[in-house]
Order: sequence, then C-alpha cells, then structure tokens
Amino acid sequence: MKIVLENLTKLYPNRNKKIKEEVVAVNNFCFEIPDGKLIGLLGPSGCGKSTTLNMICGLEKPTEGRIYFGDDDVTDLPPENRGVGMVFQSYALYPHLTARQNIMFPLENLKGEAKLTKEEMIAKAEEAAKLVQIERLLDRKPSEMSGGQQQRVAIARALVKRPRVLLLDEPLSNLDARLRLQTREEIRRIQRETGITTVFVTHDQEEAMSISDQIVVMEAGVVQQIAKPQEVYDNPANLFVAKFLGTPPINVFKGQVKGGALYIGENRVMEVKGIADRPVTVGIRPEGFVPDADGPLVCGQIGVEVMGRDTSIVAKHPAMEGVQIRTIVSSDSVIDPSSDTVRFQVRPSKTILFDPSTGAVLGR
Amino acid sequence: MNKQSLKSWLYLLPAILFLGVFMVYPLFDVMIYSVEEGYNFASQSYFGVGRYNYSYVLRDPYFLQALKNTFILVIITVPVSTGIALLISVMLSSVQKLRDLFQTVFFLPYVTNTLAVGLVFMILFKKTPYTDGFINLIIHAFGGAGVDFIEGPYWAKMFVMCFYTVWVVMPFKILILTSALASVDQNLYKAAKVDGTPAFRIFYKITLPMISPMIFYLVITGFIGAFKAYSDEVAIFGTDLNAAGMNTIVGYVYDMLYGDSGGYPSFAAAAALILFAIVLTITCINLLVQQKAGVTAGVS
Repeated sequence: MKIVLENLTKLYPNRNKKIKEEVVAVNNFCFEIPDGKLIGLLGPSGCGKSTTLNMICGLEKPTEGRIYFGDDDVTDLPPENRGVGMVFQSYALYPHLTARQNIMFPLENLKGEAKLTKEEMIAKAEEAAKLVQIERLLDRKPSEMSGGQQQRVAIARALVKRPRVLLLDEPLSNLDARLRLQTREEIRRIQRETGITTVFVTHDQEEAMSISDQIVVMEAGVVQQIAKPQEVYDNPANLFVAKFLGTPPINVFKGQVKGGALYIGENRVMEVKGIADRPVTVGIRPEGFVPDADGPLVCGQIGVEVMGRDTSIVAKHPAMEGVQIRTIVSSDSVIDPSSDTVRFQVRPSKTILFDPSTGAVLGR
Repeated sequence: MNKQSLKSWLYLLPAILFLGVFMVYPLFDVMIYSVEEGYNFASQSYFGVGRYNYSYVLRDPYFLQALKNTFILVIITVPVSTGIALLISVMLSSVQKLRDLFQTVFFLPYVTNTLAVGLVFMILFKKTPYTDGFINLIIHAFGGAGVDFIEGPYWAKMFVMCFYTVWVVMPFKILILTSALASVDQNLYKAAKVDGTPAFRIFYKITLPMISPMIFYLVITGFIGAFKAYSDEVAIFGTDLNAAGMNTIVGYVYDMLYGDSGGYPSFAAAAALILFAIVLTITCINLLVQQKAGVTAGVS
C-alpha cells in the first residue's frame, strides 16, 4: 500500500494565548511513500515528524492537505477505519493485561462481519507473537518483561489486525544500546517478512540510516531532503542536512572563493570550478582530511585520539565555526601527537560548499 | 544492643511515646473497661469480670437501632457516593472549558464546616412554623404532599441523612479520582483509539482497571468513615439522636459516656469494641476482594 501525502500542513494555536499567530508544526509536506518500503522520518526534536506520523495514523487532523492510502482518501477517516497499526515510543501496553490479552485487544474491537471467534483471535494473536518471537512470553504482564520484549508485544499488537500501514514512533529510543542494535535488525526483518509499508520516526540518524529504504529529513516542519540513506549523507540538500547527519558531524568553515580557488582563512585549499568569487560556507566531512606535512590547510592541533580502527585528530582553525574540528584519519597515518600544528590535504569529494545565508548547496 | 540500633530507638522514641500514650494504652484500657461489670465512675470499683457488658449492649434497643442506622448509612452512601464521584470525575476530566470552576464548586463542601452545612440542610429540609422547608416547597409546587424530613417518618430522615453524607464525602472522592484519572498514561488512550475501541470499552477495559487501586482505597476509607459517622447526624437531628431514632454506633458510645443517660463507660467500651470488630472485618473483606481482583496493576 503506497501512502501519498499531499500538501500536508498542520497548524497549532500558539501556547501563549496572547500571540494570535499559529505555530506551524508541519508545512506543506508532499511525499509518495512507495508500497512495501521502510521509511525513516528523521529530524531533531520538535521538527514535526511525530505530528506527521500522527496525521498518517489519524490521531490528528491535518489543517490542510490530503492523505491517500493507495487510491483511498483517508484524510477524514478515524484511525480504526484506515487500517493502521501504531507502535508508541512508550509502547503503551495495557499494564493490567497479559501480553496475549494486549495483542488480542484490537481484535476484540472488531464488529459486524469482521468479528472473530475466540479461537480465531487466539490463533491470530499467537501468529503475531510468533512473528516477533515472543510465543513463550504470552502469559506475562508488561511489568514482567524487559523493554525489548515489551516492544515486541507492542509490535505484535500493531500487526495483529494485518494493517495496511505500520507506524512506529521512536521505536528504539527507550532501549539500551545493545538491544537497540538488535531490535532495529528485528524491525527490518519483520517489515521484510510482512511487506507492510512502514513509517518510523526517529531523531537518531544512525537508526534511520541503518534500516530505512528512504530517509525523510525534516526541520521546523519543512522537509529538507528525501533520499536513500547514503545519498543523504553524500549529497546533502543543504547545510542543515549536512550538519544533522554524520557522526562525528561535518566540520564547517567560513570560506571564500577567489579566482577559481577555495580559501579557508588564509589557506588556499583547493581549486573550484563554476563558482564565481564570493564568500561560502565550507563543509568538510571528518574523513575528508588527509594529514600531510605539506598540506594546504594549517590547523592548530589539540589532541590525537586513537580509537583502534582509525584515529581522530582534534584540531582548530581560525575560520572554523564551532569549538573544534574533529577529523577521522586512517590509523597508519604518520602523526606527531606532541606537535602544536597539523596540516591537511582536503578531499574534494568530501567537501561541500554552501551559500552562507540560505544554506543551499553551491557545489563541491 | 549496638550503638546503631540504640540510636534508631532514640529517634523512634517520640513517636512510640505518643502512639503508646494516646493510641495503644487507650485501646487496652477500653478492652479492660468492656469486661468490667458494673463499673462505677465515682468509686472506681466494679463487681466482677465477664461478658455482661456485651450482652447488655447487644440487647439494648437503642444500640440495635444505632447498628441498623449505621449499616443502612454505610450500605447506601459508600457505593452511591463513590459511583457519583466517579461519574463526575470522568465528566470533569473530559471537559476543557470551565474545568477549574467546576472543580472548585465540587470541592467547596470539603472546606465547609460540618455544622454550617447542617444549617443549610436544615433550611432545605426542616419544617418550621414559618415554612415547610425548601424541598417541601418544591414538592408542593409539583403538587405532591410534603414530608417532614427532620421529624417525620424514618425513611425520610434516613434519606436526608444519606443525602447529607453523600454530599459531604463526595468532594474528597472527586479530588482523588480526578487526579487518578489524570495520572493514567494518555498513550494508552491513543493506542486504544488507533485500534478503534468504543468509548464504553475504553472506560471499562482501560480506565477502570487503571484507577481501581484508588477506587478500592476510597471504598475502604468510605466504609470506615461511614461506620464512624456521628457529627453529621448531630448537625441535622440535634444531640438527642436516640429520641430521633437516628443514632449511630459512635453516637451510642458517646451517649453511654456523656449523654443524659450516660455514665456507663463499660457499656460504651463494649459498643466501641463491637464497632471495632465490624470495621476490622469489613476492611479485611475489602482487602481480600482487592487481592482476588488483582488490583495492583496501576500502581506497580
């Protein structure tokens, strides 16, 4: 089932009642989610990603715009008539019911022709439990289960009605680091097995990058970029996306294009083509630095951190934005840890130029 | 005893002293009084020890009347007040506008003096040479025959009594239940909504189980409170409750001690211990029911 979001907009009244102006939570969101894909909605807190999810779910009504599941316009339908399953960040399991009763709960609401017998319900609940591998925990209450197990129950409950669309709100943020890794593989597997179009919300880029077919990056209610995970990293649409994705984050400098060359501070770091002389914002990924005794970019060295597989040089530069530069270089590079300065070659493929005022990409 | 536990006992001393002097000692003293036959205040002497006080009290028509009144009061007011309080709390938590106003209105009786409230009830229900009382005026307006609620038939007096009690205990219950309702995880409701759960099923399957510990708490304290009713009766029917036929067990105990027919601490002690036994039994039954129902979910 593909999902089409058409000019989706959500306005909220201002919290401060004296201010008439409404808060724009989601602004003119257009997107077609292809059938059977796993989509990550990624953005910082308050960027409108959860609001978008709630609108797809039907918990909130869009101020403007339409939502289609396939060819059906579901904008005015309540959640139960949309065929959605939702997993909440806190799982929202009913604490007084066992896992089995929790999973069966949505089935017990079915009316009329869809009504199931008790045996059918139990069979369906067990089938859903098998899919998320919690068959043996069905008689436990949520308080007797770990966070990961609770989440599986929540997923089973969302899947038991065979929804057309599965929605996950920050599915991994309440789990510890090891479990998070395991669970995101699990979500991927379940999504593949069921083939249900899935949208999940996260503020964790690694999570989004690792399992999504496509990532939607949002900020302040506006979609910044929709692309495949690697694409978002390699070709960010603007400075925000570039800064938001990548750990360690991209290093940003104030720069200048003069006579076909890029200057960072006084350093002439590389040739650039097709950009007229102007001030630019330069973004260089941590892996875009190559230590070189004759390199053009002269930085003050703050420290060297050895992390096994590779080495991180922490440095500073007069033209940088932020407090320091963090680079990742291969561990066989020759570095003098006691030196005060370090010089780099800059990889053009890892360097992106932005318009300082709009943040739009100028070139690379 | 090592130094550490000596210190702990030292810190506990004030509490132990107070509880001992004002709670434990009187309790034992009451037990002793209740078995001393023919105790005389003036001479501080008694004939012997036995069950006579209990058998006297249990055969005293005034006590049996008080027992009956108390039981009727408990059985009617506890479920009715809890039920109405639940209804009002659910409605309160679903309205947005004027919520604070309603909350204040419903809470006002709690901070109002019992006797002042009693006065208001007098105006509502009491027949005087000048007026039949507000409620009777309304009944007349609809063409009904008035009833003397304060000095009339038993059922009318009981009605006023129950009405008054329900009205007085309601605010506290509403307060507790609204906060219990507010503490239910809103995500549960969202999840239920996504699954298309009908409103009554949400209430029955989610809301009620989630606030059930609080409901049980209210029922237990409600039982205990209603069994100990006394001052409310005085506020409406005056101090001679036996004459009005509206006495309660605590009222009987008081009368036996200080009333016009008073001066019998042994009978009072026996009656008090009978009340104690009743309340203890009811509370134990309540706790058993609560355990059986597995009401621990919401508070875990």
